[in-house]
Amino acid sequence: MRLIEAVRMALNAIRVQKLKSFFSLIGVLIGVTFLIAVVSIVQGMNVYMRDRFANAIIGFNTFNLRRQPNIITGNVTDDMWRNWQRRPRISYADADYVEEHITFPATIARFCEDRVEVWHGGKVAKDIDLVGTEPTYFDIKRYVIRLGRAFTPQEVTTGSTVVVLGDIVADKLFEGQDPVGKVVTIGGLPYKVIGVVEKQGTLFGLSMDKFAIMPYKAPGRRLICPINILDQVSIRPNNPDSIHIAMAEVEGIMRIRRQLKPKQESNFALETAEGALEGWAKISKILMTALPLLVGISLVVGGIVIMNIMLMAVTERTREIGIRKALGARRADILSQFIVESATLSTLGAALGIATGIGLAFLVKALTPLPASVAVWSLVVGVAVGLGVGMVAGVYPAYRASKLDPITALRAE
Amino acid sequence: MHDIVIRVTNLGREYVMEGERINALREVSLEIRRNEYVAIMGPSGSGKSTLMNLLGCLDTPSSGEYWLNGQEVSRLTDNALARVRNKEIGFVFQTFNLLARASALHNVELPLVYAGASGTERRRRATSALTRVGLGDRMLHRPNELSGGQRQRVAIARALVNEPSILLADEPTGNLDSTTSEEIMRVFGQLHAQGQTVVLVTHEASIAAYAHRVVVIKDGRIESDLPNPSVAAA
Repeated sequence: MRLIEAVRMALNAIRVQKLKSFFSLIGVLIGVTFLIAVVSIVQGMNVYMRDRFANAIIGFNTFNLRRQPNIITGNVTDDMWRNWQRRPRISYADADYVEEHITFPATIARFCEDRVEVWHGGKVAKDIDLVGTEPTYFDIKRYVIRLGRAFTPQEVTTGSTVVVLGDIVADKLFEGQDPVGKVVTIGGLPYKVIGVVEKQGTLFGLSMDKFAIMPYKAPGRRLICPINILDQVSIRPNNPDSIHIAMAEVEGIMRIRRQLKPKQESNFALETAEGALEGWAKISKILMTALPLLVGISLVVGGIVIMNIMLMAVTERTREIGIRKALGARRADILSQFIVESATLSTLGAALGIATGIGLAFLVKALTPLPASVAVWSLVVGVAVGLGVGMVAGVYPAYRASKLDPITALRAE
Repeated sequence: MHDIVIRVTNLGREYVMEGERINALREVSLEIRRNEYVAIMGPSGSGKSTLMNLLGCLDTPSSGEYWLNGQEVSRLTDNALARVRNKEIGFVFQTFNLLARASALHNVELPLVYAGASGTERRRRATSALTRVGLGDRMLHRPNELSGGQRQRVAIARALVNEPSILLADEPTGNLDSTTSEEIMRVFGQLHAQGQTVVLVTHEASIAAYAHRVVVIKDGRIESDLPNPSVAAA
């Protein structure tokens, strides 16, 4: 008997008993839902963490020289924290020293930041990230200037009072008017707005546009860092493949500058986007390890339910089996009929599970800042798992059915 | 073509029930020719059901030989027996034994499914078989939408669809009223007139009276095997 015929019969049997069929495949449904939803969210997080989080905060193919790590994943003990606080800060001289001594071509941006208020004409934008930096920073952060221009190296050297605003800040203070050429007040000093950066959107629900960027030598530096001190130096080697070599080199240069002995720990931090992702990688690894276990449990339960339903079906349909045998069905025909029925039932469950799983993932995406993106491989696994569970669960009931004696089966009520 | 469709020699069937041997059938020998209309009669417990199961290849004998259409079938494997049932035998049961969930057409198509016929071939042959029993306009009805007589006709169409060597009917009118019974027996009569070999198993003399030859079974043996005088005279 051909497969299509068997599937047709199976769908017919399922259609006749919709409710019972639905309950019998609920285990598989839940298992696959879980699989799809978790994989989708983890997958979404992976993309998000890589493309948005790490790179938005640190920059593509860039590493930062800092006193202490900025993005901390995992536990920080009080001792670690105190140790970090005791470290010397990164000075202008450190930055100059590194820039002079590195042997690889690179883009470098000195950087300092803190939260400030930005005023204009009686309106205030609070909690704005004031960044003191160099023009190279726009390149490293991949900021596109929407209006006006970025500042120049000369404006950095002379400490000009110019500022480039984030999209939200410009919107809030100027409400659709062209801010370029206008003056804002930061820390009591007037700054000329020379540009606006294109909208960056949100990260985990937080706006990435609440910033104002000025030359790091501008007078406002007293608001963000002590004199001659920097929060970090961002370094992006021109050759992205050499980032680890470049980091090792910078570490060496800094150790020499700080005269550290070989056994002494480095009293500074080098941070990459990749490093910032380590914590997430751990979480996602745990999830992905636990996932097969959790999915496996619900699938085993689902398989047992289907097996019981199929055993019941065989008992209920003993007479039908007798009729089919009398009409010329071989054992293999009966066997395949019930295995196909069980597999169809289970695959149907998996298909529903995929639908609800995707639905759940997008519900999570809509209601929380968590992202979701459906992984194609998880759909394939979902269907395969449904098919597999159904076939395995169907073997024993189908075997029982195929072994029935036609005379006895025909006499069954 | 073999003129003799069924040849049974010294057929016996033993059952072991709770340690006791029961000889349901002893040394039965029988020949049925092509296009015969035979009734096998006997009271319940006589062994006629056992004989029918053996003739229908649903069961295998403990002893003796069974040649069906020139083939010895008493020692065949399960799969080979399934094939024989599919090709050579058309069953008609007392309780119709239709699949409740399937339409008349699908019920009739079922033996063709197991014969491996293509979809269009199945449809064509099932439609023609249903038309032959006068149900051309009821093909898409389900059994519960049909009367008892109509259901039995669907079952007859199903039995005929693979053009079997014998039509084997087990109390085909047992669940029908007398008018419908007559109607069904007329269908058997017509099929016989068209050349079909018909074997009827019944305990009712009035039904056996339609057959041209009556074999009476008692205590597992053939008690008598005579032409039906009323039909022979007609």
